[in-house]
Amino acid sequence: MKQVRAFGRFWYDFLIGDDWLIAAGVLAALAVTALVAGSGVDAWWVMPLAVLALLAGSLRRGVRESSREHAGATRASGTSGETS
Amino acid sequence: MTRSAFLFLTAFLACGVEMVEALTIVLAVGVTRGWRSTLLGAGAATLALVVLIGALGPAISSVPIDTLRLAVGALLLIFGLQWLRKAILRASGYKPLRDEAAAFERERAEAGEAGPADRRSIDWYSFTVSFKGVFLEGVEVAFIVISFGAAQHNGVATAAAAAAVALVIVLAAGVLVRAPLSRVPENTLKFVVGLLLSTFGTFWAAEGAGVSWPGEDAALLAILGLLLAASLTAVRLLRHERGLRALAPARKGGAA
Repeated sequence: MKQVRAFGRFWYDFLIGDDWLIAAGVLAALAVTALVAGSGVDAWWVMPLAVLALLAGSLRRGVRESSREHAGATRASGTSGETS
Repeated sequence: MTRSAFLFLTAFLACGVEMVEALTIVLAVGVTRGWRSTLLGAGAATLALVVLIGALGPAISSVPIDTLRLAVGALLLIFGLQWLRKAILRASGYKPLRDEAAAFERERAEAGEAGPADRRSIDWYSFTVSFKGVFLEGVEVAFIVISFGAAQHNGVATAAAAAAVALVIVLAAGVLVRAPLSRVPENTLKFVVGLLLSTFGTFWAAEGAGVSWPGEDAALLAILGLLLAASLTAVRLLRHERGLRALAPARKGGAA
């Protein structure tokens, strides 16, 4: 069971990585591109715009995550400082 | 020409980065516990990778090119954006930089704590850690080589040549220094590889979804330029924001 979980974890990390929003966003952007291109309109601009928006959104999430971790670490060290 | 040159550079750098990480693990285990089992583990992982590439390569080449470009482009774009995100967060100070010397010391300490190595028979600890390190880093390299090769005419030869050149350079450096390649600017390489993978991913995935790029291959340069400008701007903005955040508690403290 542990090995199955580790195997699943490896593929999740390999294919999805740190932020699932990127994978989901890329798939959604490709669906929109295919729809726009299928309707006969030039669709080359969709992916570059989507990539920029995804990168910005994912970076924002990364910054929030890092700030939360930093605040947690600071609180923990403060608490241990008080108890010692 | 533009595509082949980009492809070679991307495969070379991506393979180089992964190989440096694998080499750090192999060197740490080899130096601490002996070379025989460590090199056997690395060799077995290389064989397993050859089998994987041999099995996946022909299977992939039977898929229609547009479907392949869509799937490969999407995966490369996901990988590329993940690498780019990590590199930007590291460059702006929101994530710690990967330090090969520290990784080497960590691996060496773990290997030292794992009980004494039996130097006459196979030391399974060395074999397993070395196998895992080389295989897991190698899967990423194999994926890049196979997908690049499949999505472009003559791509396999170009990507495989780039991977071979990277392997020779990294191995030669490892044999010469027998220490972690800490002078390799890994974050800068990851930044460049992230940009290149995202560029190819955007280009191929959009083509697979039915897009005709204005200027054809020249669009690769335009996408690369756009992503480079956006990434550098993001690093500057995030560094600035981080500086302001660092000042805020000090100001609060001063006011109190």
